[in-house]
Amino acid sequence: MKLSKFLLGTASALALSGSLVVTDMAVAQEILVPSLVYRTGAYAPNGVPLANGIADYFALLNARDGGIGGVKIKVEECETGYKTPVGVECYEALKAKGAVAFSPFSTGITYQLIPKATQDKIPIFSMGYGRTSAADGSVFKWVFNFPTTYWSQASAVIKYFGDRAGGMDKLKGKKIVHIYHNSAYGKEANPTLEILAKKLGFNLTLLAVDHPGQEQKSTWLQVRRIKPDYIFMSGWGVMNQVAIKEAASINFPMENFLGNWWSGTESDTIPGGAGANGYTSTNFHSVGANFSALNDIKKYVYDAGNGAGKKERIGEVLYNRGIVNSVFVAEAIRVAQKKFGVKQVTGEQVRYGFENLNMDAARWKELGLGGFMGNVKVTCKDHEGGGGVVFIQKWDASGKKWDRVGSAKGYTPMRDVVRPLVEADAAAFAKENGITPRDCS
Amino acid sequence: MEMLNAVFVAPFVDMFTYPAFFVEVLLGGLTAGVMYSLVALGFVLIFKASGVFNFAQGVLALFAALTLVGLMTGTIPFSQNSMSALALPIWLAVIATGGVMVGLAYAIERVVLRPLVNQEEIIMFMSTIGLAFVLEGVGDMMWGSDVKALDVGIPSGSFEVNGVLVQVFDLWAAGIAAVMVAFLAVFFQKTKIGRALRAVADDHQAALSVGIPLKTIWVAVWSVAGLVALVAGIMWGSKSGVQFSLSLIALKALPVLILGGFTSIPGAIIGGLIIGVGEKVAEVYWGPLVNGAIENWFAYVLALLFLMFRPQGLFGEKIIERI
Repeated sequence: MKLSKFLLGTASALALSGSLVVTDMAVAQEILVPSLVYRTGAYAPNGVPLANGIADYFALLNARDGGIGGVKIKVEECETGYKTPVGVECYEALKAKGAVAFSPFSTGITYQLIPKATQDKIPIFSMGYGRTSAADGSVFKWVFNFPTTYWSQASAVIKYFGDRAGGMDKLKGKKIVHIYHNSAYGKEANPTLEILAKKLGFNLTLLAVDHPGQEQKSTWLQVRRIKPDYIFMSGWGVMNQVAIKEAASINFPMENFLGNWWSGTESDTIPGGAGANGYTSTNFHSVGANFSALNDIKKYVYDAGNGAGKKERIGEVLYNRGIVNSVFVAEAIRVAQKKFGVKQVTGEQVRYGFENLNMDAARWKELGLGGFMGNVKVTCKDHEGGGGVVFIQKWDASGKKWDRVGSAKGYTPMRDVVRPLVEADAAAFAKENGITPRDCS
Repeated sequence: MEMLNAVFVAPFVDMFTYPAFFVEVLLGGLTAGVMYSLVALGFVLIFKASGVFNFAQGVLALFAALTLVGLMTGTIPFSQNSMSALALPIWLAVIATGGVMVGLAYAIERVVLRPLVNQEEIIMFMSTIGLAFVLEGVGDMMWGSDVKALDVGIPSGSFEVNGVLVQVFDLWAAGIAAVMVAFLAVFFQKTKIGRALRAVADDHQAALSVGIPLKTIWVAVWSVAGLVALVAGIMWGSKSGVQFSLSLIALKALPVLILGGFTSIPGAIIGGLIIGVGEKVAEVYWGPLVNGAIENWFAYVLALLFLMFRPQGLFGEKIIERI
């Protein structure tokens, strides 16, 4: 009796431990990709499409390809409300669960996570936002901000204005106003613009708008007085919608009013109605749903009832930006799997993946995103991936869509101006924090 | 010396050298002030009737605007899908939203306020903080978080008079504010319910003892505050689109209330105009000296300066309590 009980107990224990092993293996066959989202709060209109794009691309990979390298991707969202302390809490919670890379989607959160992630050996991917000098990979080993940065963007914008003026030399004496969100993010472009103003001889005026930017009369009174040739705006949230309306109401020519890539979404322009027609903004990727990868999302994700948002909103600016973010993270995981010969990658391995990304035109095409954006080649030294290409898009109010304008190839940043600034700032950061830069030669 | 000149001389020289622009700044300040007053009025109404600072007033404006757009576009609550067949014409949507705000006032009185009769004012204040979060969450679930265009037919565009740009929307805002103030003044001074409201504001228990129905009064005042919030929501929502940052317009009303007094409707209007003009003039003429963006905090500086001389605000009631 005792023996039978013992055998039964042993068998049960073995079965249980076996099932635990199986369960553990099942858990192991997933890669955790955290998604720090802001689906609520004042900035939710931007946060929702971004989060949907991120989720849908990984849902596509899981449904169509069985994940990446045979491993399913588990996307776990954590709501930040665009609040920095909450974002840090999300990081801590998801880090503990084994997250392999973080995309904070907030410059404030990014700044907080840089030292933490460096310590924890988890890569931070701040795509086109965050700390610009993180582009210097010799100092910021764990941070990536490709395909381009605010400083690169500012220089590309001046190139576009030069193009419109009829040549860079024609910018001399022109009046350019930068209207910016009075925050770390909004101020990022200012030093680059100031340097370019001295170099090219245009008159630069910087006009700050306090959060949230619901009331901007004094800003636009000053614009009326300055009568600028061009306005560049680094806005966010309601600031953008109000600025576009104010510009229309003082009859400022919309084609000379250019927002940055966080100031050029459907949410920014639709409330402006017909008055927003002709408003322009930068972007670093295409808009619209006419790509086979996006068609696959409709087929494999939405038709199966697993879409994160509404099908008709696929192709909007921020939805596509979420897609791009996921593509880069997925590709980094793929590179890491290949390099290390494992399926279940770690944060450290994914960091290698980011640093060895080479997204050329052929690769974009293979992914069903041919012509979606410029090439990106990340290196140890250059975490900006070559500086990218900045496109200009123009709002068509009647068609409610963006059309690409300016140079068909887009505008490449002035690397000769921007890169020395990046390296100088990174060197200062390294000195302050006692970091010895890596040898990337 | 250069600094003194930049602060004390140059701005005034500028004003006199370019008078048309100075007039435009003044006009811009006045019209911005009217918009602040629209929000401040809602606070004043609730404070007059219950002595409570309604933290949820900005969210009430947001909720009203969300409901209005939802009804105008035929959005099905909680599904965020629209059916054009359900879309109401503007006038009907405005009336229906007014009805929703009255219903909301009834619910607030029944669920939030009634259990707190005779409680400390700070407790009622805290309850309005809770109310703000609940309303924001419910609004999000009902109508979604997208930015929604709101066009109720208020004309936009601008014209110039002797080099001064006048915006048509701002003129409408001023007109609407004037009508609303006239209506509220008559309501408070000339109607029985208006007098009862003031009695309740002075003392809940005394008002109850002479037969004033507190519940009815509170429903009435929250209804009126809800309708004022609807007007504020329409005006601000037409400018920026209806979105959740609309609730932050309450922040623009605070210095107006400090300056104008928490119990005075004319105070809310005059206070709004003073704050509007003060912050615009400061931002345009002195802002560039310190890299700009001073208007938000300058409004509070202005309000606090007034408080030094009139602690009850410009038009607030001077309360003398005998010990």
